[in-house]
Amino acid sequence: MGAALPEPAPSRLFLSGNDAVALAVRDAGCRVAAAYPGTPSTEILEVLARYPDLYTEWSINEKVSLEVALGASMVGARAFCAMKHVGLNVAADALMTMTVTGTEGGLVIAVADDVGMSSSQNEQDSRFWARFAHLPLFEPADAQESYDMTRAAFALSERFCCPAILRLTTRICHVKGRVIAGERETHEPGGFVKDPQRWVMVPGNAKPRVARMHEREEALRAASTESAFNVLLPGEDRRIGFVVSGPAFMHVREAFPAAPVFKLGQSYPLPLERVRELAAGVDQLLVVEETEALVENELRAAGIACSGKDTLPRVGELSPDVLRPAVARLLGEPVPAKAHLAPQQVFPRPPTMCVACPHLGIYYTLAQLRNITISGDIGCYTLGAGQPWNALDTCISMGASMGVALGMDKGRGEADAKKSVVAVIGDSTFMHMGMQGLLDITWNRGNVTVLLLDNRAVGMTGGQDNPGTGRDIHGETVPRIDFAKLCEALGVNKERIHVLDPYQLPVLFKTLREETKVREPSVIITNRPCVLIDDYQPAQPYKVIADQCTGCGNCLDVGCPAIHVTRRAKEVKPSGKEVELAFTRIETSACTGCGLCVQPCAPEAIVHAAPEHPVKFLHAKI
Amino acid sequence: MTITNIAVCGIGGQGVMTATEILAEAALSLGFDVKKTEVAGMSQRGGVVTSHLRFGPQVLSPQIVPGEADLLVGFEAAEALRWSHMLKPGGVALVNQGRFVPPVVTIGLYDYPADPIAEMRALGVEVSDFDASALALQLGNIRLGNTVMLGAMSDRLPFPADVLRNAVLARFGVRKPALVDLNRQAFELGRAAVARMGAAA
Repeated sequence: MGAALPEPAPSRLFLSGNDAVALAVRDAGCRVAAAYPGTPSTEILEVLARYPDLYTEWSINEKVSLEVALGASMVGARAFCAMKHVGLNVAADALMTMTVTGTEGGLVIAVADDVGMSSSQNEQDSRFWARFAHLPLFEPADAQESYDMTRAAFALSERFCCPAILRLTTRICHVKGRVIAGERETHEPGGFVKDPQRWVMVPGNAKPRVARMHEREEALRAASTESAFNVLLPGEDRRIGFVVSGPAFMHVREAFPAAPVFKLGQSYPLPLERVRELAAGVDQLLVVEETEALVENELRAAGIACSGKDTLPRVGELSPDVLRPAVARLLGEPVPAKAHLAPQQVFPRPPTMCVACPHLGIYYTLAQLRNITISGDIGCYTLGAGQPWNALDTCISMGASMGVALGMDKGRGEADAKKSVVAVIGDSTFMHMGMQGLLDITWNRGNVTVLLLDNRAVGMTGGQDNPGTGRDIHGETVPRIDFAKLCEALGVNKERIHVLDPYQLPVLFKTLREETKVREPSVIITNRPCVLIDDYQPAQPYKVIADQCTGCGNCLDVGCPAIHVTRRAKEVKPSGKEVELAFTRIETSACTGCGLCVQPCAPEAIVHAAPEHPVKFLHAKI
Repeated sequence: MTITNIAVCGIGGQGVMTATEILAEAALSLGFDVKKTEVAGMSQRGGVVTSHLRFGPQVLSPQIVPGEADLLVGFEAAEALRWSHMLKPGGVALVNQGRFVPPVVTIGLYDYPADPIAEMRALGVEVSDFDASALALQLGNIRLGNTVMLGAMSDRLPFPADVLRNAVLARFGVRKPALVDLNRQAFELGRAAVARMGAAA
């Protein structure tokens, strides 16, 4: 964790959307903020944690983080939680009831959609949740609006006693722009007021509150009609009037500066009558929104004719170069020419596991095993699906490796009778949603071998802490969860729980082969830290003795990015079989001496080397 | 004055995002409106990174439309080729000759282009190329490559090189004072490398 942040200067701040939300949460006098890390939302809590005067935590999952925020709101404190789009699916159970109870202290939920799926398993439009839960929705278009709307969302939340949702996208979270911050305010919690009819949601208490929720929605529509965030920007070119939501505004204004635009910032409930005013003054109306046709459908249902997803893409990011040809087609104009150079075909460069990643040996070993099906999960270890391992058969959602594995075991027919089912999950992922799945496996006597890859970090999002690291969000020491004991408590036979070093390939191989033969649940826990966190201790690097390398390529199967091919050749064996040879070298300045590649090297050509350069080459901690 | 569009590309770990951030600071210090964005979802695992910087009197969209970049700064040769289409007609590419070969190439699934910079020239792109990685290693640290690249681009910006130099030094002065001098040297090495090319042309 970084040092406590100094007071920011009032102007010339250059902030990402995430930074701006964090600053606004602080400036709004928020007292409690919680999140589970998830790209692109992660940095919000990382920044908030550096402010000493509010409580921040990494929660074990998004539902818990929302419950923590709700509890704080119940006692009158302003509260905040952040998540990525799929996180709100996890938190939905709490959300759908807290919209009925309502809230006390202002409660803002920031949810970051990964439009274009730069790092997510799906693309989903979180604006649905505002409609589903009958809650107000803010959609900032840049960092300044992220700041302004976060503060407005707290005020609106308190005015209507309900949570307010702030919908961000990757291009808000990770875009930096100039921000002018306002004055900081303070909010002293008024204290918890016992009111079982409000806070205890048994059917008898819930029924009258659901009716009030619907009344509230109508009042929220009136508020959004008056909102300064919903603004009609005039334009002389009246052939098309645009209705835009969130960041799409910037692209529309850039591409069509002369067109009138209704900019939706407080976008749900929709200020329908004001949109109707724009529609009356233009030839046609085009709704520009990422990603689903929500505004478009609601306008049509209200009898306002418009175009939208019939013209614009339904998937991925919008940008001026996507909008220009679509609008030209709508106007019957020639489609503007694309970039003067065509995109060049260059080899793909997918993300890879890091040099010396403790997962390398796991996937190397899994790739050697035959007759296994591997149920995977969300996180760095998803990269095991890639080359050279190809050792992952499924990946659905966080924690799903457990249930999917059990289902594969129980549902199998004759075709899979001889196969073993292996589930792979990480430490944080296991605590987020995997524990319940393992409990289901033990309870229902599933024949599943679980690999619990404990690398002491939420690796994929940048190495955040969790209950398995023994540190909290501030890096302070807390009790560290013992995964072996936890798995035993979840019903795994003690003899079937192994803790081992993922760099010891023979032990790993032997244990995996034995446990996949056993017909009961077993858990193999690995115990080496992520190479990107401070717990990782680099060792003396290795090199390849060129004269001794036989070109067998076994070291390449490990998949370490520090191993490179120097020369390829073909050899005809005495049997007449042609073999491809690949002679290798190790980038010594990148190697951290984990020793994985040494183990499969038959001619023992890999030996310790003095580093050529004192500083690590790639994947150095930044 | 119109908007200046600078696209910076490379791979995770090279300092693409930091370099763009420093460029943004320089533009901000002159009072420009500035927006900066990157596509870097899983790039900290060695994937592709592209960073967009736009500055001018008012900047709306954070993304540079392909075919509208004034300057393409390639931290890696094949990545510069991959993103050549970002350049506007007559735009200039500044490219590090250094190569970072990914595992998919190492294991023989794909080929690294034989000469990516020659391919860019064949497309009609004006390229200035030099070995920034080697210059950084000359100073003992490959990670100085991004400052070398900043030095190299310092005479191609619509503001004086001093503004960018000051932004580089301010950045490392705050974070790691010991690195100030190394970065100053890296910046000058990059500048000199490009100046030599200009003299030779």
